[in-house]
Amino acid sequence: MLGIIASLIDGVLVGLVYGLAAMGLTLIWGVMDVINLTHGTMIVAGMMALYLLATSLGISPYLALPPVLIGGFFVGIALYWVAVHRMIGRPALMSLLSTFAVNLILIGVGTAVWGTALFNVEVSLPGVSLGRYTFPGAHILAAVLAALIAAGLYIFLHNTRTGKAVRAVANNREAAELVGIPTTRLLAISVGLGVALAGVSGMLIGTLFPFTVLSGDSYQLKGFIVTVLGGFGNPVGALLGGVALGLLEGAVTPFVPVSWTLVIEFVLFVLVLIAFPNGIFSTRRGAL
Amino acid sequence: MTDSLVTHDRTGARAATRAPSLRGAAIWRRPFFWIIALVIAVFAAVPAVGDNVELRESLALAAVYITLASNLNLMLGYAGYINFGSIVFFGLGGYICIWLVSSYGWSLWPALLAAGAGVSVLSFIFGIGILRLRGPFFALSTIGIIEGVQAFVQNFTPWGGSSGIYISPQVFAPLGGPARALWVIYFAFVAVMGLSLYLSYAIKTSKFGLGLLAIGQNEDAAAILGVPTRRYKALAYTASAFLPAITGGLYFFKGAFIQPSDAFDLTLSTEAIVICMLGGQGTVTGVALGAYLYEELRGYLLTSSTFANFQLTIAGALLLLIVLFFPGGLMGFVYSRFPRLQKVLE
Repeated sequence: MLGIIASLIDGVLVGLVYGLAAMGLTLIWGVMDVINLTHGTMIVAGMMALYLLATSLGISPYLALPPVLIGGFFVGIALYWVAVHRMIGRPALMSLLSTFAVNLILIGVGTAVWGTALFNVEVSLPGVSLGRYTFPGAHILAAVLAALIAAGLYIFLHNTRTGKAVRAVANNREAAELVGIPTTRLLAISVGLGVALAGVSGMLIGTLFPFTVLSGDSYQLKGFIVTVLGGFGNPVGALLGGVALGLLEGAVTPFVPVSWTLVIEFVLFVLVLIAFPNGIFSTRRGAL
Repeated sequence: MTDSLVTHDRTGARAATRAPSLRGAAIWRRPFFWIIALVIAVFAAVPAVGDNVELRESLALAAVYITLASNLNLMLGYAGYINFGSIVFFGLGGYICIWLVSSYGWSLWPALLAAGAGVSVLSFIFGIGILRLRGPFFALSTIGIIEGVQAFVQNFTPWGGSSGIYISPQVFAPLGGPARALWVIYFAFVAVMGLSLYLSYAIKTSKFGLGLLAIGQNEDAAAILGVPTRRYKALAYTASAFLPAITGGLYFFKGAFIQPSDAFDLTLSTEAIVICMLGGQGTVTGVALGAYLYEELRGYLLTSSTFANFQLTIAGALLLLIVLFFPGGLMGFVYSRFPRLQKVLE
């Protein structure tokens, strides 16, 4: 029994990090109805940045957080201008295809440079013991950092002028434009934020599990599942969805071989999409 | 105000249903039918005449591309639904065929038909579920399907898990030995390619096809005008599964080996999308032309030392350029230059 509880707690810790990844996805969707198919690769980019910074410079893995956050923001702005800007107002198919194409380019370059080797970043932190079980320190710290960044995003969206403008654009782009909000700049900022969140969550996941250049696919799928659980375009829902997914993984892990987890998650994903097309924790549209 | 709207919609509906009869009589009396026949004949005859094995292999790959891309086009080009997981049909077809041949001693042809039928049934079941979703949500769920099916097959012991299934070379004996069997398989590839082209063409000129094109333009409007959108989408999804499954069976039978990473190779389903967009989504000619051009490009890239490792990157860059600047693809360009061709080349 204690084993299951421990597994659930660990699931929540990891789930908070998944939730952070999904917040990036859902932010971009909420603001401009674009599903960013480069998300998985941006997560991997965060992991690789962590690996390169931690091994080549020998700094503590957690010091990689600020450069990944800032770098991710600028990568996201570049992504907006390359792949998203011309797609605004065109069929949803086109933005899916354009971000998919950018993803192919990045994956192609990534596999050509790093191959498909497994990378691992050593993190030595004292764990917290609960009876016979020890929760790894890295899991706890990653969860705390994820929660802090999520809180930071919430404060940004609700208490700063730019954040409020982002929400206004999400709610009604034409009306936002009419009251003088520079919508194009805000769309670019939103993609920048979304990608920065993907990068940071990738960096945090990199401190938990080993990864390859191609790991992004399964984390992207987790991101979609979380987004669907939480309701598209709802960052707080995404965080809750992440915790829900983490709880599910924690509940399933003691009983099912790890390799089946993805199948179970996928079935859940499709079932939730069909049963709750607007998400379980969804609020009204444009509630960002 | 309301009255004028209704009459407008009615005339629209009538024009849409009448359109196919205006295009002319029976399908074999139209020039495009014979253009497809000519393409098939060229594919079958050219390598056979000179007994040119190298050319045969490159054309076989082109035939596989044309099959995959023109079936993908039924969803992507006609109904406007992007299916990132079209490779699932190909891989599952390969698995069912190889499994029947190796475990139950079936011969190739019934195994291929069983693969086609089995995958069609599966796709119908998937389709009922995921076709409730629209637009980008459908696309997401197809990504889920490819990940889910791949993870399932990797764990499914009757199909050899992640190490896959080998079949012994003896299975080629009933086809007249390995050398002759490769020719037989090549002609089968070409036959499936021909069927795919005719299927695309037949659907496009039918009422069903018009319904799909209407869904692609505006699903709500199509539903209001009486297009049974749910049924049409499920039918298109199922129809787009049958021939790729058979091609998958042939492809992996030819290699006598199947494993999850080959069967559900992201590259191939990506290439099918690139080909659709390159040739011009929603056109039959364009997709075939795009497949052939892409095959040539790929052959060049693989042999060049600089680009051999960057195949995905180049496919991605090509797709990005098309989506950003030439959303109509090759045929879009051709139609805009020579509008009259639109009547002949579908």
